Amino acid sequence: MEKRATFSSTTIGLLFALPMLVLIFVFFYWPSGQALYWAFTLEQPWGGGNTWVGLQNFRQLLSDPYYWGAISRSMVFGLGSTSIAMGVALLLALFTDREMRGHKAYRSVFIWPYAIAAPALGLAFRFILAPEAGFLSLINQIWPGLWNPALDGTDAMIAVIIAFSWKYVGYNFIFFLSALQSIPRSLIEAAAMDGSGPMRRMWDIQLPLLTPTLFFLLVINITESFQDSFGIVDIMTQGGPARATELMVYKIYFDGFKGLDYSGAAAQSIILMGLVVLLTIVQFRFVERRVHYK
Amino acid sequence: MSSIAIKGVKKAYAKNAVVHGVDLEIATGEFIVILGPSGCGKSTLLRMIAGLEEISGGEIWIDGKLVNKLEPRERGCAMVFQNYALYPHMTVAENIGYALKVAGVPKAERMQRVAATAKVVGLEAFLDRRPAALSGGQRQRVAMGRAIVREPKVFLFDEPLSNLDAKLRVAMRAEIRRLHRRLGATSVFVTHDQTEAMTLGDRLVVMNGGRIEQVGTPAEVYNRPATRFVANFVGSPSMNLMEGAIDRHGVFVYDEQRRIPLPGALDARLVGHKIVLGVRAEAAKLVEAGTPGSLPATVDFIEELGAGRVVHTDFDGLSFAVALSDAATFETGDPVGVMIDPADIHLFSIESGLRIDLPASQPAHATSL
Repeated sequence: MEKRATFSSTTIGLLFALPMLVLIFVFFYWPSGQALYWAFTLEQPWGGGNTWVGLQNFRQLLSDPYYWGAISRSMVFGLGSTSIAMGVALLLALFTDREMRGHKAYRSVFIWPYAIAAPALGLAFRFILAPEAGFLSLINQIWPGLWNPALDGTDAMIAVIIAFSWKYVGYNFIFFLSALQSIPRSLIEAAAMDGSGPMRRMWDIQLPLLTPTLFFLLVINITESFQDSFGIVDIMTQGGPARATELMVYKIYFDGFKGLDYSGAAAQSIILMGLVVLLTIVQFRFVERRVHYK
Repeated sequence: MSSIAIKGVKKAYAKNAVVHGVDLEIATGEFIVILGPSGCGKSTLLRMIAGLEEISGGEIWIDGKLVNKLEPRERGCAMVFQNYALYPHMTVAENIGYALKVAGVPKAERMQRVAATAKVVGLEAFLDRRPAALSGGQRQRVAMGRAIVREPKVFLFDEPLSNLDAKLRVAMRAEIRRLHRRLGATSVFVTHDQTEAMTLGDRLVVMNGGRIEQVGTPAEVYNRPATRFVANFVGSPSMNLMEGAIDRHGVFVYDEQRRIPLPGALDARLVGHKIVLGVRAEAAKLVEAGTPGSLPATVDFIEELGAGRVVHTDFDGLSFAVALSDAATFETGDPVGVMIDPADIHLFSIESGLRIDLPASQPAHATSL
C-alpha cells in the first residue's frame, strides 16, 4: 500500500483556521486586551511606564457629567439614525417590490452610499447642509437663522443623523427588498382574494414575515451607529457646537488622541463595548420574541 | 350563488399570447373542471376570473356584472391555491378567519364562524397550530376552510390536490365533491389530472395551447372526443390513434395487413383521404393470431393493474394498447390478433384534428374535410 502523509482531522482543521484566527487575534483580541489593561492603569502620555490604578478611571468617567452627556447623545443618535435609516429603507423596498420595473438599477444604485467612506460622506453633507450655501440655505432666506448646524446643537445633531442614515438606507434597502421578494407571491395573492387591499397586505402579511430581517437590521444598525459614526462627526461638526454632537466614539478619539488621556479613552472603549453588548443582549432578549422565523 | 360568463377572453404577456379568445358559460351552482396539460393557459384563465391576472382582451362577467376592471376583493370569489398559500405567521384559526377580519366582522361572530368552518373541514383540534406544524392534508383543509368561511359566490381551485399523495388525493376529491353538494356554490376547478376531472366535474373544459378543445359532460368528452387532442389526452391508457387512408370501398387502410371497415354508409368525401382513426384500449379485444378480421400484432409488454391489465401490442412500429379485464394468457413476444368493432372507432381530420362523424351514425354533426 502506498504511503501517505496523514494528519489528524483536528490538526488539519486548526491549520485551515489558523490564518483567520491570527487575524482575529491581532486585530480584535490583542487591542481589546490592551485596552482592557490600559483601562485599569494610568498611562503616561509620552510613554515610559504606567501605574495600576484599579477602577479609578471608571470612577472618574462615571462621575463626569460630560461623559453622561456623551452617552445620552449617542443614544439619541443611535435611535434617530436607526429609525430613519430603517424606516426610509423599508418604505423604498415596499414600493420597489410592488412596481418592479427598473429594480435592477435601484438595487445597485441604492448600495452605493454604503461604499462611500464616512469622511467623504461627511464632507459631502457638510456642503449640502451648509447654512449659507447649501440646499438648506433656502430655508434661511425665508426664516433667517432657522437652520445653522454650526451654531445650533440640535441642528448639528440632525445633520449628523441625516448623513449617517443616508449611508445606511441603501444597506437596509437591499436586505428588505430581498426579504420581500422571498415572500411567496401566492401569499400576497391569497390575501388579495381574502379581500385585503395593498396597504392592509403590507401590514398583515409582508411586515410580519419581514420580522427576522427587521430584527437583524435593528441589531446591525444600532451597533454601527455607536461605532461607525466617528468619521461623519469628525468631518461635519468635530463634536460641536458646544459638545452637542460629541458621541461616545468621538469622545474616545478626542480624549485619547487630542487630550492624550490614553487610560481614560481606554476605559471609555471598554464602556462603549459593554454598552453595545448590553444593547444587543436586550434586543435578543426582548425583541426577538416577536420575530416569526419560518 | 352566481354564474360566470367568459366572452372572447385573451391573455398576452408582452407579445406572447397564452390564451387566445376563450368563450365559456358557467351556470349557477355548476362544478366546472378545466383540464389540460401544463402551459395550456388553464391556470391563467382561472387567475383572470379571480382578478389576479389582468385581462388582455374580451370580457368576464360574474353574476351579470362585468368584472374586468374590478379588484379581486370586489369579485366575491374565493380561491384555493396549489401550494395552499397559508399565512405562516398565523394560527389555523387566524388563517381561516383572516377574510372575516379584513371584512370587519365582529370578533364574537368571527370566532363562531371559524369554529363552524373548522368543523366542516375537520380541523377543530388544530385551531391553535401554525401551518408549519400541520401535515399536507391538514394544510389543504385549512386552505379549503379559508375559502368557505366567507361563503363566496364562486369557488376557484388552482390544482389544489396536486401536492398530496395519491391516497389523500382520492379522499380530498370526495370531500370537495361533498362540500360542493352541500354549499352549492359555482366552482371552477383547474387540473391536469384527468381522473380528478372526470370524477369532480359536472362539465369538463378541455384546453390546449390557450384554446378550448371541447366542453361537455365527462361522459361526452370520453365517448365523443371533439378533437384528436382530446381523444389522446382524456382516458387512461390514452386512445390508440393510427394514421391511414380510406380506400374506395370505405375501408380504413393502415397498411397491407391492417384494414378496418368503416361503419355505416360510405361517405364519398372521405374516399382517398388520409385520416386519423382512434380506438379506445377498452374497446379493442385480443384474439388468437390469424383470427379472420383481426389485425396482426405482437405483444410488446403487459402492465398489471390489479383489477385488469393493459397489453401493449406492436403494429410494426406503432404501439397499440388493449385493456383486458380477465387474466392475460399472452406473454411478451407472442403474436396475437387485435379485434376492433367498427362501431367503436373515432375518426379525426388529419389537418384540423377535428372529429369526423360518419353519416350513418351522427349525420347532424358531420364535419367536412
